[in-house]
Amino acid sequence: MAVAVRVEGLVKDYGKLRALSGISFEIPEGELFALLGPNGAGKTTTIRILTGLTRPTAGRAFFFERDIFSSPLYAKRLAGLVPQATNLDLELTVWENLLIHGLLFGMDRRSIQMRARELLEFSGLWDRRNHKVKTLSGGMRRRLLIIRALMHEPRILFLDEPTVGLDPHIRRRLWGLIKQIQTRGTTILLTTHYIEEAEFLADRVAFLDRGRIVALDTPQNLMTHLGEAAVDVVTPEGLKTKFFPNREEAEREAMKLSRAGETVTIRRVNLEDAFLHFTGRKV
Amino acid sequence: MRGFLAVYLRELLIIWHRLPRMLLSFSVSPTLYLVAFGFGLGKNLTVGERPYLEFLVPGVVAASSMMQGFGINVEINVARFYLRIFEEFQAAPISNWSYVLGEILGGVTRAFLSTFVILAITALAGIHLHFGPVFFLGVFLNAFVFASLGVTSAMLIRSHADQALVTNFIITPMVFLGGTFFPVEGLPAWARVPLKLLPLTHASHLIRSAAYGKPVPMVSLLILGALAFGGFFLAYRSVDRARD
Ligand SMILES: Nc1ncnc2c1ncn2[C@@H]1O[C@H](COP(=O)(O)OP(=O)(O)OP(=O)(O)O)[C@@H](O)[C@H]1O
Ligand SMILES: [Mg+2]
Repeated sequence: MAVAVRVEGLVKDYGKLRALSGISFEIPEGELFALLGPNGAGKTTTIRILTGLTRPTAGRAFFFERDIFSSPLYAKRLAGLVPQATNLDLELTVWENLLIHGLLFGMDRRSIQMRARELLEFSGLWDRRNHKVKTLSGGMRRRLLIIRALMHEPRILFLDEPTVGLDPHIRRRLWGLIKQIQTRGTTILLTTHYIEEAEFLADRVAFLDRGRIVALDTPQNLMTHLGEAAVDVVTPEGLKTKFFPNREEAEREAMKLSRAGETVTIRRVNLEDAFLHFTGRKV
Repeated sequence: MRGFLAVYLRELLIIWHRLPRMLLSFSVSPTLYLVAFGFGLGKNLTVGERPYLEFLVPGVVAASSMMQGFGINVEINVARFYLRIFEEFQAAPISNWSYVLGEILGGVTRAFLSTFVILAITALAGIHLHFGPVFFLGVFLNAFVFASLGVTSAMLIRSHADQALVTNFIITPMVFLGGTFFPVEGLPAWARVPLKLLPLTHASHLIRSAAYGKPVPMVSLLILGALAFGGFFLAYRSVDRARD
């Protein structure tokens, strides 16, 4: 399988602040790779560098083994970007937003029309095509933002917190959309600080903390690293969690603790446990 | 090429969606100038054997095409700091020159629209002048020079507030001093020489000569042509500075 994205020792300094301190990873073609981290971890910075919006201080990056900093136009043609802050033309219509994007990426009129129609139907925005973007709801704008990035059929899609601030049901709908995009063969790099989003969508997850990747594996492996079952114990200092390789051992321990008068719950280990374990912090 | 088209088409669509409002607002200040300076000062006032109104109209055209050309900076600032569309352009595989040319021609298009509004008002007021190819070439070059400067300043500033400084200290004084409302020739030499350095002085001169049906002032034409090239180059060089 080809390597769609290869990042080697990426560093970004903003003045004295080191936003990224030498991160490296690889994404095989067709994979959905998630960067999970708290506010200020460096997720957006990573995406901005890979999409040509920001220059790195040091490090190298390749799309399909070709250096993206020495061939920026090549890289931009392959990449699609859904930025964290919605950047649609509010005064223009839905259709016009897609048209301008298609022209920017060198598409001809015919393919713009066919592709825009297909994507509008796919995302349920066809009926709104002649409405100005400023009349759309937040969820519709997000969908438009995503299909706009798909107009030129990018082979690598960068999604920067695609579902932030949306209703749970709209979020699930977008998850479906993102999964479908992946099924069509697109490589996806997604950032999020919603753990369940990474757990549900990602083939592999990198935990990013203060500009460093502290762990990188499949969600399953990151979790089983800790065990299978967890026991939460309520203490005056907060919730304490203990991990066990299987449910039986967890139950035995829970039994013992509750006999001693503690309040306990048994549950499956989740990705949040893994994140806390590797970073020592909450997302 | 398509990149240029995309940037320019976006500006055209924005103009299109706002056209009625825009034409209305383009007509406000020229009408005020004509009423205040033209009719207000009296119909008998003359400048160089011509009624002052005939002197004034080309001046208002020069001032207005300059302001509308330069005004593209406001659109770029909105696109950059508020809508963040500028990032959509930066992430697209287009060259800096197609971006710059698209925005400059967006400014030039606005300048032409405002010129047409003024010509319509002029016709209604019964003022007759020559509006031939040289006249429109003058409008084009003037708008091109100032749209280039508009793009340049929009790329170099770091916030929307900085922009007001540029406009208040450079553009507004030029509107009044650049041979628009009074003839520069009437001034003493110490004032005339610096004013001759302003691009708008040459644009007014070129546009007014054409409107009077006089021979083309080649020096002003060449200076404006050179400034247009220079301005384009400056705008082109400034785009990379806008990236962090
Ligand atoms: N243009 C900039 N100038 C200065 N510092 C910046 C700039 N952009 C980001 N930073 C800093 O770099 C660090 C990483 O920011 P980044 O936006 O990449 O984080 P993030 O992981 O995307 O966070 P969030 O979840 O809040 O979006 C932060 O400390 C931020 O303050
Ligand atoms: Mg971010």
